[in-house]
Amino acid sequence: MTALLELRSVTQRFGGFTALDDVSCSIEAGSISSLIGPNGAGKTTLFNVISGLVMPSAGSLGFNGTDYTGRRPDEIVRLGIARNFQQVRLFPALSVIENVMVGAHLRLPRTGLLDFMGGPFNADRVDRLARSIATEMLDLVEFKSAGDTHPQQLTLVDQRRIEIARALASDPRLLLLDEPAAGMNPSESNQLGAIIRKIRDLGRTVLLVEHNMRLVMAISDHVSVLSAGKVIATGTPSSVQADPAVIAAYLGNV
Amino acid sequence: MLSSYQESIAIFLGVNVLMAFSVYVPTSAGLISLGQAGFMAIGAYASAYLTSRFTAFDVPFGLALFLGGAAAGIVGVLVAAPAVRIRGIYLIIATLGFGEIVRVLFVNFEPLGGASGLSGIQPLTTLSWVVAICLFFFVFLWRLRSTPLGRAFVAIHEDETAAEAMGINLFRTKLMAFGGGAFIAGIAGGLYAHFALFIDPSQFGFSKSAEAFLFVILGGSVNPLGPVAGAIVVTLLPEFLRFLQDWRMSFFAVLLIACAVWRPGGLISYRRAAHP
Amino acid sequence: MVLLQQIINGVMLGSTYALVAIGYSLIFGVLRLLHFAHGEVFMVGAFIALCSVWFLNAGPVLAVVCAAVGCAVLGVVIEFVAFRPVRRRSGGMLAPIVSSLGVGLLLQEVATNIFGADQTRFPPQFEATVYHFGSLFVTSTQLFILATSFGLMLLVHLFISKTKYGLAMRAVAENVDVAGLLGINSNAVVVLTFAVASALGGIAGVLVGFAFSAISPFMGISMTIKGLVVMLIGGLGNVYGAMIGGLVLGIAEVLTVGYLASSYRDAFSFALLILVLLVRPQGLFAGGLRAGH
Repeated sequence: MTALLELRSVTQRFGGFTALDDVSCSIEAGSISSLIGPNGAGKTTLFNVISGLVMPSAGSLGFNGTDYTGRRPDEIVRLGIARNFQQVRLFPALSVIENVMVGAHLRLPRTGLLDFMGGPFNADRVDRLARSIATEMLDLVEFKSAGDTHPQQLTLVDQRRIEIARALASDPRLLLLDEPAAGMNPSESNQLGAIIRKIRDLGRTVLLVEHNMRLVMAISDHVSVLSAGKVIATGTPSSVQADPAVIAAYLGNV
Repeated sequence: MLSSYQESIAIFLGVNVLMAFSVYVPTSAGLISLGQAGFMAIGAYASAYLTSRFTAFDVPFGLALFLGGAAAGIVGVLVAAPAVRIRGIYLIIATLGFGEIVRVLFVNFEPLGGASGLSGIQPLTTLSWVVAICLFFFVFLWRLRSTPLGRAFVAIHEDETAAEAMGINLFRTKLMAFGGGAFIAGIAGGLYAHFALFIDPSQFGFSKSAEAFLFVILGGSVNPLGPVAGAIVVTLLPEFLRFLQDWRMSFFAVLLIACAVWRPGGLISYRRAAHP
Repeated sequence: MVLLQQIINGVMLGSTYALVAIGYSLIFGVLRLLHFAHGEVFMVGAFIALCSVWFLNAGPVLAVVCAAVGCAVLGVVIEFVAFRPVRRRSGGMLAPIVSSLGVGLLLQEVATNIFGADQTRFPPQFEATVYHFGSLFVTSTQLFILATSFGLMLLVHLFISKTKYGLAMRAVAENVDVAGLLGINSNAVVVLTFAVASALGGIAGVLVGFAFSAISPFMGISMTIKGLVVMLIGGLGNVYGAMIGGLVLGIAEVLTVGYLASSYRDAFSFALLILVLLVRPQGLFAGGLRAGH
């Protein structure tokens, strides 16, 4: 197994507060890895660092063998890392399918300006391609409603599905999922677990931040535990569950 | 057939529709400009210079219009490069300042007439030119909405962070929106110059920019119908209010306030509450 | 010595910019909105003063008081007509721009219909006394303008920093919700803000009328633009930044006219604006009414 994502001594400070303290870890290609930890441990900050929304104060980020520290978020998507957001951030003015089509932009051929007006290589063809990618992704996440509704008319669970589809539409090698099961009932989170496995089986790597332990333990190949900005344990789900340091962190010994 | 008075109103309306489009394009990407008259001035002066002063070649009107638009577009991109990094109120004041700078520069630029303006421009703008160009941009902008670039504009307008996290290059996309708007304003300026036959810097002041901004805010910026509706209402309403004589602009101002209060999303807007 | 004389003239011009920009900053600080009719309030102030001179035979002090009171009332009316309804409906940042542009247009049109589109002569209010200080000279008009505007700036400073109303204003500017929890009626504070800001703007209009002996319904637009520029240079919502920014701009303009060309006068302020936006977008002076953003 080779490391797809490698974090080396990543530290993130906000003013005097150290959100991430010398975090090093690697994610193997083709795996489902989970990051767990108490609230405020720095999980979302780590996602923001990996996806380039914040620049780490120190340390470096490697993806597929290249150092990508300091690149812009859109360049990082181009590298092959896509994400969702813990607080859903769909575009309200766009319909569900258009939201997912935005995610597909990087896969579309470029259109010339004059192509808009008609002609053989016209924008309609690109539009059809984007639409078919988006439909495929919405099917993959088992989104059942009509694609032309607007996201704010849907339940939070559906909105989370759309966000996953939007992230997948960029054809990422690594998918970052920040609490995708939040607000889901057990049967919905089981369904989500199956979807995440399906995504992995399609050859993508998944990194998950999640509070739903049943889901994490059921689908993860590896689990890392973050507490107060430090990785305190890494291993298989069962080994992490038995780790005294992890139990202490969760029981509030921090 | 239209009377010559009606024809001039129609041409004027067409120029206003183009100015509305020039505000609509950056607005659809979340960039508010109160300086579009500056780009209009650049297009007007550049194309008028080409057709009436640049005697070495007989520059066709269409080419002059295009070059005027291109000049405005290039300036737009140059201005936008630093400006797109600033947002909200700062961007509004910066664009306003830009429009005024352009005006003052033309006041001081004697080769193009300075404060006394440029006269003797050939009457090349016809209603057919105006209609054709308006239709072209309408279709273009209508179709733009179902292209990756059009969706990227909306995505940036709605949520810059999420847009960037979906792989959209904020800087480049905003440059295109701003430059595109400037290009259209330049074309509008060219048509205006060859219709008014005399231009001076005072015609391209803040009121012109504010007017173009109002077209879009009144009409709505969801799709290109909004700016068209806004331009039609603002251009034609004073004509229908002639019976009010001196008070028609005052009445119009009251309508403007009422619109802002009752329909902040514009005449043509989403059914849901207007976005900020 | 010529330079010093120019600077005195610049300070005089700049102090009127400062008064307008202070109004902008107060309103922006409390509401975080732009008031595009503020320049027209300035213009109305000048015409109110003119009417008081015509009909009440007012002297300069009474003219200033009339303009201040009239514009304070006007400002409050604008708040109720154009800002409060838009704020309630939360139409975002743009709706108040539209409604205040509408108010500005309305005021300009009304003034044009009443006083005509041409410049109206403002009768001289002072004996043409010239005071000599060495080779420098200051007219009594200039002295009145300087004394009034600097006196007002001092009052604004005392008002904001020492009175409970000023404290309430700062509290609302800092955080509306917290101010509400502290028992501050934020709507009352907004009304007070509009009254104070508009009175200052109106007085600036009178002073400009005194200085140039002519006023016009169209003098508001350029003041709207310059007021915004000065506020941005001084830092959005920063009252002290607005004072200094106004003086800097006034001096710079007079020097541009003196040493470059009068037609470049306006270019300078906008060049300064662009420079500030590029180099220090938070304005030259951070803090003030609101600390940071």
